[in-house]
Amino acid sequence: MSELKLMKGNEALAEATIRAGADAYFGYPITPQTEIIEYLMTEQPEKRTGMVVLQAESELAAINMVYGAASTGKKVMTSSSSPGISLKLEGISYMAGAELPGVIVNVVRGGPGLGTIQPSQADYFQSVKGGGHGDYKLYVLAPSSVQEMSDFVEDAFDIAFKYRAPVLILSDGLIGQMMEKVYLKDQKPRLTNEEVIEKYGDWAVTGKKGRERNIITSLDLQSEKMEARVRRLMKKYEKMEKEDMRFEKTLCDDADYLIVAYGSSARISQKAVELGRKKGIKIGLLRPITLFPYPKQPLFELANQVKGILSVELNAGQMVEDVRLAVEHKIPVAHFGRTGGIIHTPEEILEALEQKIIK
Amino acid sequence: MEVLDIIKPENQVFCKTKLMTDCPLSYCPGCGHGTAHNLTMEVIDEMGISEDTIGVAPVGCSVLAYDFMNIDMTQAAHGRAPAVATAIARTWPEKYVFTYQGDGDLAAIGTAETIHACNRGENIVIIFVNNGIYGMTGGQMAPTTLEGMKSSTSPYGRDIETMGAPLKITELIANLPGVNFVSRQSVHTHKHARKAKKAIRKAFENIKMKKGLSFVEIVSNCNSGWKMTPLESNIWMEKNMFPYFPLGDIKVDGKLK
Repeated sequence: MSELKLMKGNEALAEATIRAGADAYFGYPITPQTEIIEYLMTEQPEKRTGMVVLQAESELAAINMVYGAASTGKKVMTSSSSPGISLKLEGISYMAGAELPGVIVNVVRGGPGLGTIQPSQADYFQSVKGGGHGDYKLYVLAPSSVQEMSDFVEDAFDIAFKYRAPVLILSDGLIGQMMEKVYLKDQKPRLTNEEVIEKYGDWAVTGKKGRERNIITSLDLQSEKMEARVRRLMKKYEKMEKEDMRFEKTLCDDADYLIVAYGSSARISQKAVELGRKKGIKIGLLRPITLFPYPKQPLFELANQVKGILSVELNAGQMVEDVRLAVEHKIPVAHFGRTGGIIHTPEEILEALEQKIIK
Repeated sequence: MEVLDIIKPENQVFCKTKLMTDCPLSYCPGCGHGTAHNLTMEVIDEMGISEDTIGVAPVGCSVLAYDFMNIDMTQAAHGRAPAVATAIARTWPEKYVFTYQGDGDLAAIGTAETIHACNRGENIVIIFVNNGIYGMTGGQMAPTTLEGMKSSTSPYGRDIETMGAPLKITELIANLPGVNFVSRQSVHTHKHARKAKKAIRKAFENIKMKKGLSFVEIVSNCNSGWKMTPLESNIWMEKNMFPYFPLGDIKVDGKLK
């Protein structure tokens, strides 16, 4: 059974976090994602499930609170928007290094710097190419609807605990702020402390009752040990690529041209595909759902079929690099994007495809 | 009496702190960290709470505290230990959570986390080892470096005109209503170590009684960073550090002394 509601993307994500049985949320206000903490504070999940909600003194403190609770095996989330995520990168790198599960949400706004509070996808590089220091990757889920803002919360926690790794939900100001109908999942119970110890007692710091002590750290001063740690991380990322890469194909079977877009850009590109097909241009859409692992193989295969690809993004050209790498320059690949918080129209996208690819 | 008789448990006057591991300490000979570790672990052992205690290690000389303290520990980013401890205490309110931090960690890069954890009155213990210098990185000026004191980044002595006065963060946080107990101690003599242990014990007992935040500063030496012998450094500490950072209780049961 699920409940149907009309909600903002940010609110749906917040409600889904409670329903996923999360133990804690730590956040700091920043537009355009503040509804997440506002919703949680209003909803008082401590009364519903015992979930802790705390407004931290900074994004730095919030991500380190996530690090702390995650050290103990708890299911914990923080959210922010672009400038705040830059601050959180220190903690995210530590979480990756210390192999801690946790969910980070970025409702992206335009940058660099203070940029704009309007929607953007300019944090693609930051999300999938490291961002923080060191050899690590984030598993990145990109929702393109309010429904996915809700659904991806549980998926993100599942992946975080499957791999003991931080997971990023990369949304944007458009998906976060818009209202749509959403089917909310039923409440999952929070694990009791005993269940947490039972499930994660082999690594989590919960007090060393009946076992040797556990240590959570990202530090290895011996080079061989540190290299072994990095190799362990790389193995995880390989496994993610094999088992947990996600994408969606729309009208690709007979397509002559392909649009690649994720998140809000994918929503708008759907309409561009419709407009193109009305004009007799066979366009398909490939939507990466995970930005890491990236759908390299499906793109590589489509490069044998289509004549060219347009990467549609709300930025100055970031994901297009990964599209080019995936198709190994076999066919023309171009980028179309708007910045500064401007959302591209379906007409603009179709025009860009015609001018840059079809010619 | 045979040697073996002497080391029988009933004949022992002192023994190794049970909750310290066998890992050799990474601290310089003469440094106060080892004693501060011992006292903290003795308190946890004597209170019988070792299986319910979670420690948070800092960045700095004591980053490897988890190698020496035989309890569950997590290692925080530089200055963030109070935020890490906040989340652990909030999600496991029945556990004993403490941070162990130095002056650069707690009073420079982590000032915001320190002040706000104190202001929220988190039910944790903060053990603050203040030796007036960044030891791990080789003796740079810390927020608590005394006026005129030389370090590798204040080679002509700390100039308060350009660098400000040494920060009395302990007095600062003592004024916050969320803080229940604040004490400043040292560990360079047996007498001082006993007093420090008493303060640490009170701090951990406060967690049990959910009294809010307890803060124990330990003014210590850094003979390597100060470029002195251990004995010289302790004498210098008594003469120079104690007048600026006077020892004793600063706040007890929520009341300033």
